[in-house]
Amino acid sequence: MADPKELLRLMRELDDQLVSCMRCGMCQAVCPVYAETGRETDVARGKIALLEGLARDMVKDAAGVKNRLDKCLLCGSCAANCPSGVKVLDIFLKARTILAGYLGLSPVKKAIFQGMLAHPRLFNSILGLAAKFQGIFTKPVNEMLGSSCSRVLSGAIGNRHFATLADKPLRTLVGALNTPAGKSGLKVAFYPGCLADKIFPRVGLAVIKVLNHHGVGIYLPEVQACCGIPALASGDMQTFEDLVAANVAFYGGADYDVLVTPCATCTSTIKKVWPTMSTGLAPATREKALAMAEKAMDINAFLVDKLGVAPVAPSQERAKGALKITYHDPCHLKKSLGVSTQPRTVLSQNPDYTLVEMAGCDSCCGCGGSFNLQHYEMSKHIGMVKRDNIAATGASVVATGCPACMLQITDMLSQAGDDIRVKHPVELYAEALP
Amino acid sequence: MISDALVKEFQILVGKDNVLESEVDKYAYSYDSAVLDPVAPGLVVRPTTSEALGRVVKLCNDNALPLTVRGAGTNLSGGTIPRKGGVVVLTNALSQILEINEADMYAIVQPGVITAKFAAAVAAKGLFYPPDPGSQAVSTLGGNVAENAGGLRGLKYGVTKDYVMGVEFFDVDGNLVKSGSRTVKCVTGLNLAQLMVGSEGTLGVFNSIILKLVPPPVAQKAMMAIFDDVNKASETVAAIIANKIVPATLEFMDNFTIRTVEDFSKAGLPVEAKALLLIEVDGHPVQVEEDAAKVEALCKEHGAQRIQVAKSAEERNKVWEARRAALSALARVSPTTVLEDATVPRSKIPAMISALEAIAKKYQLTIGTFGHAGDGNLHPTILTDRRNLEEWHRVEAAVDEIFDVALSLGGTLSGEHGIGMAKSRYMEKECGTGTILFSRKLKKALDPKSILNPGKILGD
Ligand SMILES: Cc1cc2nc3c(=O)[nH]c(=O)nc-3n(C[C@H](O)[C@H](O)[C@H](O)COP(=O)(O)OP(=O)(O)OC[C@H]3O[C@@H](n4cnc5c(N)ncnc54)[C@H](O)[C@@H]3O)c2cc1C
Ligand code: SF4
Ligand code: SF4
Repeated sequence: MADPKELLRLMRELDDQLVSCMRCGMCQAVCPVYAETGRETDVARGKIALLEGLARDMVKDAAGVKNRLDKCLLCGSCAANCPSGVKVLDIFLKARTILAGYLGLSPVKKAIFQGMLAHPRLFNSILGLAAKFQGIFTKPVNEMLGSSCSRVLSGAIGNRHFATLADKPLRTLVGALNTPAGKSGLKVAFYPGCLADKIFPRVGLAVIKVLNHHGVGIYLPEVQACCGIPALASGDMQTFEDLVAANVAFYGGADYDVLVTPCATCTSTIKKVWPTMSTGLAPATREKALAMAEKAMDINAFLVDKLGVAPVAPSQERAKGALKITYHDPCHLKKSLGVSTQPRTVLSQNPDYTLVEMAGCDSCCGCGGSFNLQHYEMSKHIGMVKRDNIAATGASVVATGCPACMLQITDMLSQAGDDIRVKHPVELYAEALP
Repeated sequence: MISDALVKEFQILVGKDNVLESEVDKYAYSYDSAVLDPVAPGLVVRPTTSEALGRVVKLCNDNALPLTVRGAGTNLSGGTIPRKGGVVVLTNALSQILEINEADMYAIVQPGVITAKFAAAVAAKGLFYPPDPGSQAVSTLGGNVAENAGGLRGLKYGVTKDYVMGVEFFDVDGNLVKSGSRTVKCVTGLNLAQLMVGSEGTLGVFNSIILKLVPPPVAQKAMMAIFDDVNKASETVAAIIANKIVPATLEFMDNFTIRTVEDFSKAGLPVEAKALLLIEVDGHPVQVEEDAAKVEALCKEHGAQRIQVAKSAEERNKVWEARRAALSALARVSPTTVLEDATVPRSKIPAMISALEAIAKKYQLTIGTFGHAGDGNLHPTILTDRRNLEEWHRVEAAVDEIFDVALSLGGTLSGEHGIGMAKSRYMEKECGTGTILFSRKLKKALDPKSILNPGKILGD
């Protein structure tokens, strides 16, 4: 589609959502990017105004609008605080697909998304190879891999201190699983997400240990596909739909009560984005995708809300010897899904630690998928604010419920030379179990 | 068109990164929170120092370029919608709190300081800055002064103007003009500081502001009075004031607003109530108890069905959360939200409320009314869709009539949102020709080329 009229038509379809923004400007108070730049094009109000300008043919420079639209963490802080209830992320994702359709996807992204991400088995084997040759891949390959949210090879980019690919991904370590419900009477489908599979298999192992402990049956297929958000955030609707369909094929037929993931971004994508954005799927596939969305749940929320894991109050005696731990609220958990007490409850199961809240525990860490690659300096600056708040608590461990935040925070702490470990709450729970 | 050479000059003054000239960047400064058509400027500049700010003003004047200062762009009257091809000057890089003086209870700030951040910094020093517009999380103090912003505490504590001790501003030639001082008393020269208050960027560009601080109240008590009749509620307002009690806050919500807020926030509001009064008294603990008891008695006397007194800080927060949610909740109902703020003498609140009901009926519009009843400052909020032209005409007619009623009751067009472009054509109705002519002469003398926010307040 390179027809300006078609662009106008599609943009106008967004109009009903665009007009719900009353330009109150309250999003300025919470947008991490705006806090850095003070530019109106960086905050939701400005971006929505630009889209409306395009839709009304008052702004002509579609590429310029796309460029501003892409300068966004998709953290949802604006939406969570919007008095008018504007569905900001919905608008942004839809607009990104429209603009990418009009302007075309960059060749690099096309290669990544359509050539690789959309083919989970191929993706896995390339990364399997890559793990063995970390550091010697040439720059273009790194960029290619890096711009999906899994940023899997990025250890070699510039001076970033990324966690690197695990020698063996989760899927190789545990293979496919299909165990029956135990004493809990529940069975879950386990969706590790790319990061817990390929970079943090230890998180995946912890999930399995905790689920076994509670007598929860697990269904884990041999392969899973990416949840689709990196493709969609780049406007690649085709790959997004292919990925949803692939996941439906891997999971849709299984019999389970809840679909759990240890990744905040995956949970919020499956739960919130799949239903609104996968309208182009074949009806039977869509129905299954909706069923998966309905059942999707963050692992912390599952442990607390379904299994009844209760908070352990810090006793005097316990506080004495304990190490300090602090917790970062991932945007996709707290702002998108309203999950913030449950991970803290999960943490409290480990008697070796006491929780010390950091200032701004729910402010964004600055990762934002490919935002980190396109605007690394700003991403780093936002991340360093987070790092300072973490360091100020004196904690020896920082926990967070999203592997993408884990990556970003690991990078920041390591650049600052801090000796603070980054863990998932479920890991800490698993450590405390026999 | 602003020539390339001139753009270069701006770049030299403020740095290349702080001059925005692309179509897309400029379009993002074409609007504010008013329901008006956007107008894109010719250039946007963001000075990072006082010197640069002064020189930007002078450069605009030398080249007869219209200049609109913009803080957070949250005013509701089009005050920051620029002239086509004009220059928008951003203040958000001038955001330092220069001094908080505890001994003398004042603060000096740059114009781009965010209101809520300032209030928090002041509170951290054990002092209190009362003006709290609903937009305080983002609004700037420069914008607050230029609009003379109010808030929930106006009844007892007054509005922004009551806290402005001095303003230092640039005139069109880029000269720095000092007015007011750090002293409680000051009669040195003309009272230019108060001339700047509410000037909406038409007379000078603020460089720094001296603000008065006060000791915080020791105790507070909040309550909610529930009425089955709007008139009873409005009569209660008049009675409380007539009895010489000055609550810090005295807010009103009509039934439509109550139901909408409850739908949205599930705060446990009585949805069957025809009206609510949300009242807070503060001060010395003994006086707070006494005032609260009197207010309670007056509410009962005037027919309140029930009164709920907040028993804890949590309950108190709940009361105010419900009030703060009013605009938000209403805004969710329809695409366009027209928030008015015509204001009447407080004793005329009952008459104003019945007039609003009649207007809603006459023009078949949905109007939710809430607001600062104690200040006579209601916010009738019209819920509409601007794209529906037929309805939009009825909205415009209703707004005209709201103004007419307010004026006939001895009131004013705007209590706190300013005139800007939205209401300039009504000015003459309220003030008469003499006032307009005088103001225009003043403006002409101070700003001969009419570069400072042209078209605002006084029209063209
Ligand atoms: C949700 C919401 C709630 C609101 N609640 C209230 C309320 O309770 N009470 C109330 O009074 N208002 C309220 N307002 C209106 C608005 O927030 C206020 O008018 C506020 O004072 C504007 O501040 P700002 O920084 O956004 O100024 P802007 O909108 O950027 O500017 C306002 C005016 O000030 C001028 N100006 C700004 N800086 C300078 C400077 N340095 N020198 C000279 N002129 C300058 C501008 O040119 C413009 O004319 C509300 C608005 C919204 C969106
Ligand atoms: S807070 Fe919501 S309604 Fe207000 S400007 Fe931002 S997106 Fe628009
Ligand atoms: S999603 Fe986050 S980064 Fe993007 S506009 Fe909203 S608050 Fe800003």
